[in-house]
Amino acid sequence: MVLMNGKNPLEVEISGLRLLNPTMLASGMLGLTSCMMREVARAGAGAIVTKSVGLKPRDGYKNPTVVQVRCGLINAMGLPNPGIRLFRAEIERLRDLDVPLIVSVYGFSPEEYVQVAWEACRAGADAVELNLSCPHVKGTGSEIGQDPDVVREVVREVKHRIDKPLIVKLSPNVTSISEVSRAAAEAGADALTAINTVKAMAIDIETARPILANRIGGLSGEAIKPIAVRCIYEIYEEVDVPIIGCGGISDWRDAVEFMLAGASAVQVGTAIAYKGLGIFKSITDGIKYYLEEKGYGCVGDIVGLAHQR
Amino acid sequence: MSASLINANRMRIVKIERVVDESSRAKSFYFRDELCSRAEAGQFIMVWIPGVDEIPLSLSSIQPEKSLSSVTVAEVGEATKALNRKREGDMIGVRGPFGNSFKIIRGRVLIVGGGVGLAPLMPLIERLAGMQDASVTVLAGARTKHELIFLDRLEDEAGKGRIELTVLTEDGSYGGRGLVTDPLENLLSSDRIDMIYGCGPEKMISRLYSVAERFNVPLQICVERIIKCSIGICGSCAIGRYRVCRDGPIFTSDRLREVEDELGKFKRGFDGHPIPIT
Repeated sequence: MVLMNGKNPLEVEISGLRLLNPTMLASGMLGLTSCMMREVARAGAGAIVTKSVGLKPRDGYKNPTVVQVRCGLINAMGLPNPGIRLFRAEIERLRDLDVPLIVSVYGFSPEEYVQVAWEACRAGADAVELNLSCPHVKGTGSEIGQDPDVVREVVREVKHRIDKPLIVKLSPNVTSISEVSRAAAEAGADALTAINTVKAMAIDIETARPILANRIGGLSGEAIKPIAVRCIYEIYEEVDVPIIGCGGISDWRDAVEFMLAGASAVQVGTAIAYKGLGIFKSITDGIKYYLEEKGYGCVGDIVGLAHQR
Repeated sequence: MSASLINANRMRIVKIERVVDESSRAKSFYFRDELCSRAEAGQFIMVWIPGVDEIPLSLSSIQPEKSLSSVTVAEVGEATKALNRKREGDMIGVRGPFGNSFKIIRGRVLIVGGGVGLAPLMPLIERLAGMQDASVTVLAGARTKHELIFLDRLEDEAGKGRIELTVLTEDGSYGGRGLVTDPLENLLSSDRIDMIYGCGPEKMISRLYSVAERFNVPLQICVERIIKCSIGICGSCAIGRYRVCRDGPIFTSDRLREVEDELGKFKRGFDGHPIPIT
């Protein structure tokens, strides 16, 4: 994995975070316990993003919380988490983790985002990812992330209070993701993750009922990949901060496509269900193969390449 | 793997073909589903009770020749109560089968089931009982006679001489009096056992684990944790570095050794925080 000149071609740096490879565990997947996150890192993820944590414990919704549709999953987990005060212990147990630990944070007000982000950093988070994009909980996530003025306020407040890199995860469920990305960048976001799930629903025709207990959820997986690529492409044209791509990546070709659109790193979630934890290593190996085949020196060489005219 | 999981994870709406009272609190629900009827003993499915909840349940009978399978449910909460009110002809949703299964070992095996924990063991017992080169001893237990399940199925096998059966109740209302794990040490000191299979309340299986370790006998037990997605991504069912829905639900001795700090000590709540097991 190391070139003759000693530089690892897969290494990426995102606003001070050093990743030995550009794959990351997406928020909401497995990131609830320290043992599990350690296992994902061991499997080859270049960074770990925890499940979203708030100020107070939440049980999440009743099942069904995940329903499979033809080319993806719709989920409405309902942000289950033990609250930052109990989650501190899991963060502290990961102090010796050899990849960056990014704590995903949600709140029901700018003050809550600030408080949770601050406590996460104090417990040892290497960075914070603000969840401004969860589509299925009232009063947080995408309800906050769809108004550029509110995004600006939350990002500015949090940025002001923490001294770790601040990543903002954006929702595709907006009129203009460019506008929201500009608001986040101007308010001080160090990087942007795009995209969270796309608001969606499934109804069972035998019983004439919505399948998810919450009725409405967020679509992930292959179905949303082209939407994510378009969003990243637009954001790359709009702002200068690094972009972390997310949404339907299930092999290294998808990851390369995201990078060509402008992503410096990629997050993987849904594909873990079908390909297991080995997916991180197989994506990394594939990217390395692509760089060698095409004669590129490092991952950075292909980021945004599709923007050439 | 990938294509088969996508196939298994489809939600299918099935009709309840037959309801069997197993005890005063438990019922079995039989339904026709091709995939479930071809499952392996120990695997579980997700059962959707429309409008109420969707819960993980072990398959308690697997009959590929009839495309039939069943789950057995004791009433413990809102979802199990709602399911237990269902009748023949009612519709439920099923996904699965999911998870790993009991590995069949030929030789002298001991099967230990507590309460409704007999559910995933029953298809295993019926499979092993029919094998020439397996000798099967079953310890079945419950708190009282009214909570014993599958007595008829077990006594039928015992009557045909296919298994050796010992039944225990904590209050002595049926069979011997005591815990299902009480006869273990005597059995293990007097007999060479090649494999122990077990399922039941966490305190019972952790006792089973410590006795098996002490006598150096390999063990396969069914571990229970909160399962939500059932496809290995949500993390609700984490125990140590394992996901019960994907790496389990059946854990072998070597994996149990890795999760000793958690087994019998704490489970995680819906919000993920550890709750001590008392």
